[in-house]
Amino acid sequence: MKQSRRNFLKFAGLSAAGLCLAPATAAMASGGGTSKEGHAVVNSNSLHAKRWAMVIDTRKLNTEEAIEALAETCHHIHNVPTIESDQNIKWMWTGSYGEVFPEQENNFPSEDQEKHKFPLLCNHCEFPSCVRVCPTKATFKRADGIVAMDYHRCIGCRYCMAACPYGSRSFNFMDPRTHLDMDKINTKFPTRMRGVVEKCNFCVERLAVGELPACAEKSGGSIVFGDLQDPDSNVRKALRENFTIRRKPTAGTEPGVYYII
Amino acid sequence: MLEKALKGGPKYWAWIGFLLLVIASGFCVYLGQLKEGMTITGLSRDVSWGFYIAQFTYLVGLAASGVMIVLPYYFHHYKKFKGMVIMGEFMAIAAVVMCLGFIIVDIGQPQRMLNIIFHPTPNSILFWDMIVLNGYLILNVVIGWTCLECERQRVETPKWIKPLAYTSIVWAFSIHTVTAFLYAGLPGRHYWLTAILAARFLASAFCSGPAILLLVVFLVRKITKYEPGKGAIGTLTTIITYAMCVNVFFFLLEVFTAFYSNMPGHIHPLAYLFAGSHGHHELVPWMWTAAIFAILSLALLIPPKLRYNQKLLPWSLAILVIATWIDKGLGLLIGGFTPNPFNEITVYWPTGRELMVSMMVYALGALTLTVLYKIATDVKRELGELTTPD
Ligand code: SF4
Ligand code: SF4
Ligand code: SF4
Repeated sequence: MKQSRRNFLKFAGLSAAGLCLAPATAAMASGGGTSKEGHAVVNSNSLHAKRWAMVIDTRKLNTEEAIEALAETCHHIHNVPTIESDQNIKWMWTGSYGEVFPEQENNFPSEDQEKHKFPLLCNHCEFPSCVRVCPTKATFKRADGIVAMDYHRCIGCRYCMAACPYGSRSFNFMDPRTHLDMDKINTKFPTRMRGVVEKCNFCVERLAVGELPACAEKSGGSIVFGDLQDPDSNVRKALRENFTIRRKPTAGTEPGVYYII
Repeated sequence: MLEKALKGGPKYWAWIGFLLLVIASGFCVYLGQLKEGMTITGLSRDVSWGFYIAQFTYLVGLAASGVMIVLPYYFHHYKKFKGMVIMGEFMAIAAVVMCLGFIIVDIGQPQRMLNIIFHPTPNSILFWDMIVLNGYLILNVVIGWTCLECERQRVETPKWIKPLAYTSIVWAFSIHTVTAFLYAGLPGRHYWLTAILAARFLASAFCSGPAILLLVVFLVRKITKYEPGKGAIGTLTTIITYAMCVNVFFFLLEVFTAFYSNMPGHIHPLAYLFAGSHGHHELVPWMWTAAIFAILSLALLIPPKLRYNQKLLPWSLAILVIATWIDKGLGLLIGGFTPNPFNEITVYWPTGRELMVSMMVYALGALTLTVLYKIATDVKRELGELTTPD
């Protein structure tokens, strides 16, 4: 009995998290204060923050294999297909220092810097240019700082891809399901259709049920995730104690992903 | 007046048939794109806009360029443009039709297109572009059609046309300015991130647009004996020459800023386009062709002797059109996406199927233009302003 109630709560939390996936139904669920049936039951375990942010310790996480393992987990739980071409989809991937921090390169880099690989993902920017340009609000910023997407509203104009200075966004040039093993997909997360854009969602569906983003959870402490506005949070602690940089500060987007170098 | 488009000789119908054939075959390829997705294009994660959007941008310029005739006619009462005004307005209609066509074929989920209206988002420049383009289309349809109808009935144009015509003049500038803002406001795309982009767009539009219009009008003159008038051609050619000088000048300003400041982000796209980088030289021959043709067109247009040489003029104009098309219809888009956000180069080149779909949209524009010009020239013939073709 208790178990099934927990599951129900989980499911309800998931629907609320679906705000970024299906706003029409979610709006009904969260805004429907008048009708009893339409009222959402929010998972009491769900995690909240004023501003979610991530700090990645690249002293610990810096090899292709280690990052790929995290990317694989992310791509598996989010049903991101593997496509071997320039028309591929990536939520998390790997780059060299020069690729990740193009205008902050030194002429004589340290051996570590040359050898190391760095994880790349959407920065969930404070002033996201992708949100600014989107003509349909299919990409939007939530109150907790997460830049989320509604795949059902996206018209596939790809303006957001031109606008993102970090190359964080991917377009479904073809039906992604043809590149997924449909027997092994995560049935708790939607697959997408062709013709829409997608990207890392900071694992909103996991936060809604009280879990940390999958990459942070699997990283063994090299990725910390928490509330940037809370001075006592783990991310603020990490930022206080370490020297960090962010990607392309001149773009003025104020990324929410920090790198300890 | 529409019935005039339904009466024509065999040559007229053969041309219409040919255009319909191109549209039909292009449409089959487009159906394939709808079914398989945009994967049939040469686009990629890094170069996410390409040939379609580039043509859109170039054609917005063509649409705006009608103002180079309408403005002197209405603001300066330059009567020699009287016969050409309708041609400029109808060209603008055909150009906007093509612009909208290129937008539709470029988006991944066209059936959801109305989301731009259902969820209006004023902070998106695309929202404003939709408004100004459709507004411009309506303005030109109303003004062009009413003026022609009045001419046919031999009555004065109604009073309300004038304020509308003035509006359309200002509006023409807005369509290309807003289109430039689509690009100029994006952080991280150095080739586009320049305050002068809208001015460059307008300069390039005001030389290439009237050049295309004149070339088409020359063709119409051959077929229908429609005579735009020597004075009108001369004045328009002078306008084209000045606009091309400004266009080239503005481009050189970009080159100065990039290279004198020595800022890598600004140099890189130009270097890739004109010299190649990381071992990629795909665009180098194209960009140098554009540069040489631009200078050549100026050499053929600036000396009055050559400029007013009617035999040479079509060639000078064609060279100018090629130069501006490579600059804006190819280099602009690719330069904006190269290098990509990771300072790497992903090569883009349109696929055959992409070009087929583009041909469809161009044929649609040609069809619109043919029908509109057919009506216009038939009306002028009735008025005795044309001699009948033999
Ligand atoms: S990284 Fe790009 S996609 Fe992500 S929020 Fe920032 S601008 Fe948008
Ligand atoms: S592709 Fe989709 S998310 Fe991106 S700007 Fe267009 S509508 Fe918005
Ligand atoms: S935060 Fe979640 S969605 Fe984003 S990269 Fe990590 S696992 Fe993937």
